[in-house]
Amino acid sequence: MSMEEMLQRPSAWLTLGEPHSPVVVSSRVRLARNIQGAAFPGWAGDEECKHIWQRLEEHVRACPSMQACASAEMSGLSMLDKLILFERHLISREHAARKEGSGIILREDEVLSVMVNEEDHLRLQCMRSGMDLRGTWELVNRLDSEIEEFESYAFSQHLGYLTACPSNVGTGMRASVMLHLPGLVMMNEMSPVAKGMAKIGLAVRGLWGEGSEAAGSMYQVSNQMTLGESETDIIGNLEQIVLEIVEHEKNARVRLMEHREHVLRDQIGRAVGILCNAHVLSSKEALDLLSNLRLGLDMGILGMKDVKVVDDLLILTQPGHLQKMEGRKLKADDRDQTRAMLVRTMLKNALQEGGKKKNE
Amino acid sequence: MKCEMCDEKEATIHLTQVVDGVVKKVHLCEACAAKSGFDVHGPMSITDLLLGMGGEAEVQEPAHVHAGETACPQCHMRRADFKKSGRLGCPECYEAFSEELHPLIKAMHRSEQHTGKVPVSESERMRVTNEMRELQKQLEEAVRKEDYEQAATLRDRINRLKKQGGASS
Repeated sequence: MSMEEMLQRPSAWLTLGEPHSPVVVSSRVRLARNIQGAAFPGWAGDEECKHIWQRLEEHVRACPSMQACASAEMSGLSMLDKLILFERHLISREHAARKEGSGIILREDEVLSVMVNEEDHLRLQCMRSGMDLRGTWELVNRLDSEIEEFESYAFSQHLGYLTACPSNVGTGMRASVMLHLPGLVMMNEMSPVAKGMAKIGLAVRGLWGEGSEAAGSMYQVSNQMTLGESETDIIGNLEQIVLEIVEHEKNARVRLMEHREHVLRDQIGRAVGILCNAHVLSSKEALDLLSNLRLGLDMGILGMKDVKVVDDLLILTQPGHLQKMEGRKLKADDRDQTRAMLVRTMLKNALQEGGKKKNE
Repeated sequence: MKCEMCDEKEATIHLTQVVDGVVKKVHLCEACAAKSGFDVHGPMSITDLLLGMGGEAEVQEPAHVHAGETACPQCHMRRADFKKSGRLGCPECYEAFSEELHPLIKAMHRSEQHTGKVPVSESERMRVTNEMRELQKQLEEAVRKEDYEQAATLRDRINRLKKQGGASS
């Protein structure tokens, strides 16, 4: 499958048999690696970057883990294609801005992806839906070992894997989960939870990573420290905390139902009303409403033939995906109309008659 | 609240970072933050923060910095370049800039010693290094006890390991 075909279809990792998961939306592990004796991408010259990209593209594609994959140099991708990769969390904003000498290698199922010459020579990423940090780590660890057969990594006995930024040195690993926490947000309990996580060295960010606000009650939680703790310890700690947060979230939802049921039903009902009938929807509004819809489905307040439609919509309603679907560049106003139309159509097909448990 | 750098203007930029369970806060006015080379409107990393400001983990300017802008012998990155971007030039920079990196790494991470995955090629080298370190210790002990026969055996084993190509450091 070509890169173009992969970008043309709806995001694979949600649609290709990955199950819907109520609170933990996805798990992700990335490893930063560099080639011994070579300058880091930000400091290396253009020629050196091109050379490294060519070499690594060949070597990464030869790895057994990357059978059935596609690759592209950033200069060979349109702005729209880069935007789509960014919206699927497959490349960073910084990487999207790069041109020659940087690239991406992507496995067909989009579970494994490799950014070449981002901040580091290699950024290996594995992402799966739901709570699966261990499985995710295993896959990316295997790919890492396979690449190691071709390449000598920059490594120090004291500092571990050497990275362009000292904040990634050591394991070079960032493990993160995307959490949907509308219960905690509605109960006004998110800020103490976020503070608590920060205190134990975890970073809490919005949907789009560093510096982004938490729209749609989506939060990314990841480890901050990479040196001094083994990969399995980092993952074990994160996993334990995440399971606790999941408990808090479930608890908050139960309390919402007990004490503020009318507010909850009202909010979800309004979300459905607007989503099914609006003709103009901004991406922020769509995200917030879809978040409420998701909550309604997960709590059994709403019924839907296929719950995953909501997860698909969260991806498909983003600017890049809308434009790809329409096959042309859309101005913001046009996008808001196209978005509203897409949501109306997809939800009309998926929503069942009312909520089964409603006011019995 | 006054800016911690100039102590004159009102601090409008508040930075919080948690390291090892300790919350560190730095309060700056916009001018001082900008002067320190921060993008005052963008997100800021701990690297930028510690490099520019010091905070609790004060980054001491080594005395020879101004005398001749020492660069990394491998990639020729200067201290000023590193300070500006917060990113190193190449793997060798970790040696070249070890003085400023040491407090930085200490403030950012749980410890200063890597544990976890090791590349296969590296793990053999590490095994040899560790064995050599152990033998060296035994050798010193043997010499101290004036057990010269044992010392000679140990010395031979160390030499053999050295020939295998293990690093001596």
